[in-house]
Amino acid sequence: MASDQKVLELNDLNVHYFTPRGAVIAVNHVNLYVKKGEIVGLVGESGCGKTTVAMSTLQMVSAPGRIVGGEIKIEGQNIVNLPEKELRKLRWSKLALIPQGAMNSLNPVTKIKEQMADGITAHEKISGAALRDKVLKLLNDVGLPERVYNMFPHELSGGMKQRVCIAMAVALNPAVIIADEPTSALDVIVQRVVAQTLLDVKNRLGVSMIMIGHDMGLLAQMVDRVAVMYAGNLVEVGPVGSIFEHPYHPYTQLLIDAIPSTKQKKPLKVTEGLTHDLRNPPPGCCFQFRCPFVRDACRQKPPEFKQMEPDHFVACVQYN
Amino acid sequence: MEQPIISIQEATKVYGGGFLASSKPFVALDRFSLDIFESQSKIVTIAGESGSGKTTLANMVLGFTLPTSGKILYKGQDVATMTREQRRTYRKEVQAIFQDPYEVYNPFYRVAHIFNMVVRHFNLTRNKQEAQQLIEDALNVVGLRGDEILEKYPHQLSGGQRQRIMVARAYMLRPRLIVADEPVSAVDASLRAMILDIMLKLRDQHKISFLYITHDLSTAYQISDKMYVLFQGTTVERGNASKIIEKPQHPYVQELIDSIPVPDPKLKWDTNITLPSEEVMRMKSSVGCRFYPRCAKHMDVCTKSFPEYVKVEDDHEVACYLYK
Repeated sequence: MASDQKVLELNDLNVHYFTPRGAVIAVNHVNLYVKKGEIVGLVGESGCGKTTVAMSTLQMVSAPGRIVGGEIKIEGQNIVNLPEKELRKLRWSKLALIPQGAMNSLNPVTKIKEQMADGITAHEKISGAALRDKVLKLLNDVGLPERVYNMFPHELSGGMKQRVCIAMAVALNPAVIIADEPTSALDVIVQRVVAQTLLDVKNRLGVSMIMIGHDMGLLAQMVDRVAVMYAGNLVEVGPVGSIFEHPYHPYTQLLIDAIPSTKQKKPLKVTEGLTHDLRNPPPGCCFQFRCPFVRDACRQKPPEFKQMEPDHFVACVQYN
Repeated sequence: MEQPIISIQEATKVYGGGFLASSKPFVALDRFSLDIFESQSKIVTIAGESGSGKTTLANMVLGFTLPTSGKILYKGQDVATMTREQRRTYRKEVQAIFQDPYEVYNPFYRVAHIFNMVVRHFNLTRNKQEAQQLIEDALNVVGLRGDEILEKYPHQLSGGQRQRIMVARAYMLRPRLIVADEPVSAVDASLRAMILDIMLKLRDQHKISFLYITHDLSTAYQISDKMYVLFQGTTVERGNASKIIEKPQHPYVQELIDSIPVPDPKLKWDTNITLPSEEVMRMKSSVGCRFYPRCAKHMDVCTKSFPEYVKVEDDHEVACYLYK
């Protein structure tokens, strides 16, 4: 279970994309930490900056994006502005990624064994039978049969490819795994199998995880803490039970209400309004254009984070 | 007896297996039957996992591919043998909305072009003013205004606007049936509600029926009237959507509904499920129940022939030997 040791800390992280018509503020003063053995779910709608947070943690934001402020600490070590050579050593061994649409991230012309060995040999001096045993053990860990070792990606189903990606992510026993929508594009039964595999791997290795997604239902099943993001800002962070029981921020309430249920029929909740232009955020709260409870104070200055329950923080004017 | 607007009769689609083919023929859809009547507009869900034949069915209803055997009748007329004139009406009255609102637009044209092209092609109006009015009306139905979006390029629109424009375009032709192929699986939660809400409105106020193709049973439960659950081309359970989801009978449908993540951290999945190995999954018998290799309750009889549909209650049928 989660201990108090913080494995990953994002302190006041700011990431901007520099376009000819001004900087897009994709990540705005984000503070987040992950404790050892914990899964943190990062949710929000498309374009809210979830993936940018993930990529900037790995220092892989692509141009014109750049980290303009803040620090990223892995096991206490700040890795912002570390030289590329040092970063290469950290990636995969300390910080692993299960990319979005992982099933399409495998190289179609090399066998699974070669792709897995490639990452491992880049970091460790290991070869021959020992390497083979290591790869086979990893495949076994994620519930794949031995023959996958000698197969090409096209011979595997979507769920199996996804599990190969999980095996690759845990290969070097990283401190943190970032899973960017690891089960999107899979149907529900396969999604459940992949989710089980992730949980199982996490429990056995005690690895910490940031799980990005927009399916609140799946997050409720998997994560320990939830961080809700809207337009580049975190709006609510808290333990999963507390968030589902008392969502304080109107946006979190909206996300939870929008989960379609199979238990009862309820009228569909339609929200109007558009997100502001991220190049030019309004003064005050980032959610003011879509919030049903908006009032004058929301347009003045951005709300501060306030603790509502143990470990459960919300940034909303209502509670300031 | 009223004539259905669309009647699918034992439609089967087989790919491959031709004279020179080396591999065995692949049955994408096996004897699928469905009737939709004009007088009662309905949202009919076709549910199933990837590879279950959902999209094959959509393509056949839209007339993109023809069934290998069986028939698709549009107002009593076989789609395969339509005259040019009949086909034109058919194309007008059966419309489609696709999965990804980002990929269906040509980025070089303004939004107005999409509408003007349709107006021109089907000669919907006599003059420009009428055309303007028609387009404006269609946009209003989906909650958009013409002056806001018609002169924009697709990249200037949000995902929700794009998908709503596609619905407006389909609606403008006053179709009787809209085939919606995963219209909400690429959009996020708040947009999803908006699109589904528009579908309900079109059904109730404008009497348009939908063939709603999805793998998401929870949205199907919220909006649809009838449901067909496909598994590897066969229909395993069919009938009233609420009845199927509340009391699933077929082991596959039970597993499917059990796997929908419950949005409550206190109710976690308690059992683990395992999928059989890849060979077993691919080894499908072409005569018996297709779910046999994955079924926990399988019996010898399951491989002999495909089970008959058993009526478990009013408007709810299942194809499984467990119910006799």
